[in-house]
Amino acid sequence: MALLQPARRLLSAAAQRRLCLAPAAPRASSWWSHVEMGPPDPILGVTEAFKRDTNAKKMNLGVGAYRDDNGKPYVLNSVRKAEAQIAAKKMDKEYLPIAGLAEFNKASAELALGDTNEVIKSGRYVTVQTISGTGSLRVGGNFLQRFFKYSRDVYLPKPSWGNHTPIFRDAGMQLHAYRYYDPKTCGFDFAGALDDISKIPEQSVILFHACAHNPTGVDPRPEQWKELAAVVKKRNLFTFFDMAYQGFASGDINRDSWAVRHFIEQGINIVLSQSYAKNMGLYGERVGAFSVICKDVDEAKRVESQLKILIRPMYSNPPINGARIAATILASPDLRKEWLEEVKGMADRIIDMRNQLVANLKKEGSSHNWQHITDQIGMFCYTGLKPEQVERLTKEFSIYMTKDGRISVAGVTSGNVGYLAHAIHQVSK
Amino acid sequence: MAAAGSLFASVPRAPPVAVFQLTADFREDRDPRKVNLGVGAYRTDEGQPWVLPVVKKVEQKIANDASLNHEYLPILGLPEFRANASRIALGEDSRAIKENRVGGVQCLGGTGALRIGAEFLRRWYNGTNNTATPIYISSPSWENHNAVFVNAGFKDIRAYRYWDAAKRGLDLEGLLEDMESAPEFSIFVLHACAHNPTGTDPTLEQWKQIAAVMKRRFLFPFFDSAYQGFASGCLDRDAWAVRYFVSEGFELFCAQSFSKNFGLYNERVGNLSVVGKDADNVQRVLSQMEKIVRTIWSNPPSQGARIVATTLTCPQLFAEWKDNVKTMADRVLLMRSELRARLEALGTPGTWNHITEQIGMFSFTGLNPKQVEYMIKEKHIYLMASGRINMCGLTTKNLDYVASSIHEAVTKFQ
Repeated sequence: MALLQPARRLLSAAAQRRLCLAPAAPRASSWWSHVEMGPPDPILGVTEAFKRDTNAKKMNLGVGAYRDDNGKPYVLNSVRKAEAQIAAKKMDKEYLPIAGLAEFNKASAELALGDTNEVIKSGRYVTVQTISGTGSLRVGGNFLQRFFKYSRDVYLPKPSWGNHTPIFRDAGMQLHAYRYYDPKTCGFDFAGALDDISKIPEQSVILFHACAHNPTGVDPRPEQWKELAAVVKKRNLFTFFDMAYQGFASGDINRDSWAVRHFIEQGINIVLSQSYAKNMGLYGERVGAFSVICKDVDEAKRVESQLKILIRPMYSNPPINGARIAATILASPDLRKEWLEEVKGMADRIIDMRNQLVANLKKEGSSHNWQHITDQIGMFCYTGLKPEQVERLTKEFSIYMTKDGRISVAGVTSGNVGYLAHAIHQVSK
Repeated sequence: MAAAGSLFASVPRAPPVAVFQLTADFREDRDPRKVNLGVGAYRTDEGQPWVLPVVKKVEQKIANDASLNHEYLPILGLPEFRANASRIALGEDSRAIKENRVGGVQCLGGTGALRIGAEFLRRWYNGTNNTATPIYISSPSWENHNAVFVNAGFKDIRAYRYWDAAKRGLDLEGLLEDMESAPEFSIFVLHACAHNPTGTDPTLEQWKQIAAVMKRRFLFPFFDSAYQGFASGCLDRDAWAVRYFVSEGFELFCAQSFSKNFGLYNERVGNLSVVGKDADNVQRVLSQMEKIVRTIWSNPPSQGARIVATTLTCPQLFAEWKDNVKTMADRVLLMRSELRARLEALGTPGTWNHITEQIGMFSFTGLNPKQVEYMIKEKHIYLMASGRINMCGLTTKNLDYVASSIHEAVTKFQ
């Protein structure tokens, strides 16, 4: 009975009244009366509004999923082939180990670091399969909360993917930011970043987007990454890389993972989240990985055992379907080659759309400098448009994007890029 | 930072999860007589995993459907899956469903459903962020229950009496006493059927008594339903307790797993059914569930949910599935009666009626640690230290060996 009083005190007065009922009467009210309606997801809300719009020219530049030049979802041929191969093997459906499909984990690490990397050769790392990028970040966040005793602080670039903050917060970490995007140039605030990072308390956690920064599309150049690595080393910061677009950014998987590999080369033992949602188009299959670069094999084993302890009470073990597809592709020379071509195809189409958008804006007679559209990289583009302009785009032209002026270039096609340019010019001239 | 010292130098090696270690040891064992009675997965009479025929059929259908792609599911999952999964738990004629006060959240297996439910309860039940609400878990229970609620942030996890080792049955008196003395608003994790690990379920009358106490004391029922259909062979029968609670007006959660009854273990198919007072409450609850899901896995995997939804929405496939489920349940029932018959024929000391009175995949044999050790080390028969055996590990080929080994263990060690 001891806990009865404290429990009651924590209830709102209204809830207490509701709960003080005659013993025999059924409970007339709900446990959930005080539960507020959650705010709608800003990005999904865009898609909802888009769906309701009846304008034939409407464009959905909200959600970050790749579309082909007809505006349709794209299932990669390499994925279809891998699926057929897997189906033919008629495998059972037994539980995967907690850490997931071993072949996938190994292939994933090799993809990120290069298979000749000293880390891979020595085995001083652990990779666990996760529920895509989100699951990887969450496992990583929880791991740091439990075992990184030096700091509770995670520094994100400003801005960052909207879900980073709630993920790390729910994992028990505190969030801070370092300057990253310069709205004046629509580019990288290199000086600001260096300045902020050089002041981050030692041994804090710093998160970088490995390539194709979301939402800005602004990536540091290699020379800039070198300086960032140097200051990270100097400040003794713990590095967390989020790589959701390897291959998808430049079309070249090695180029896109250059920063990750450089940091490791500099002796920085990073942790890394990978997602195969975009680069293999496996969105709904939830394919991802979390890796910890360790001092040695023994540490890797110990870390792995603790990651499993975190995963087991979350979802026990991961889903196999997507990981098997990814592993099959990565392990087969033919499929891997075909996949790399398809990833390049997706990246090239995005780059092409960027070029066409800028060209069309010029044709429209826009006097603004739109170079950032082609300077930026990956799925997203921070147009630089203000909320009022975004609202006009939606209201007057049925073009849907997030309020921060971010567009998903994947939603642009050769069929609608002219319309988009026209609309942007109208609201910005 | 230089690689010289390490930030994780002090990370200790965690002990492996016992049940998986058991399987690992079994795999390494070279003895031809070895039998794995550990992990809870169905096996055929040939000792092989079984992909349900209806699942094979549906997977083929999905593979041939060129209109399907790999796009993200909504945060709460595939709508046809969620609605039909809840319908399976609550029944075709469920008034709660008709009254639109049931919601489903597609989750990663039963574990995922438990975790999302626990995370929600910790945030929104009995106040807001009340980590002090006591969580009651049966003694014994599935070993992961504890960790799920601890990791969701609850600070006060307690055991309620359940298994009576002396009489090898349900300790109803102890259970009801623990409920009477539990602080009001405590959360009770109830196994909907086929209790893991004991295989011992309350009778219908006993469930009624449990519900009466829980109602009077304002205790929250969180059902774990991992074996619907698999226990008795009948979906409705195995869901009786959950449906009874709903009909008694409870608001409750039910974590459903489709790992065993669909054999979809590695696709991670689960559903958290939420039963509330009315539609408005359920809508608000689901909106908050979305926020929780978004920071753990964003949205759930599509393959397994598609298989289940396709099966449940096609009458022919649904009938075929029920048939497949009955096949599994019947084989387990057969192994139970065969094992008991052999032990009684051998005159093995003790009573063995509990083998057939228990239900579902597992049986709490009553073997003590010494006897279990003998079974593993000398007889190469792998079972949990608790004496839990997975009936699915028994086959017509190994029944005699297992029975005689149990006989030896019991006669050699007391």
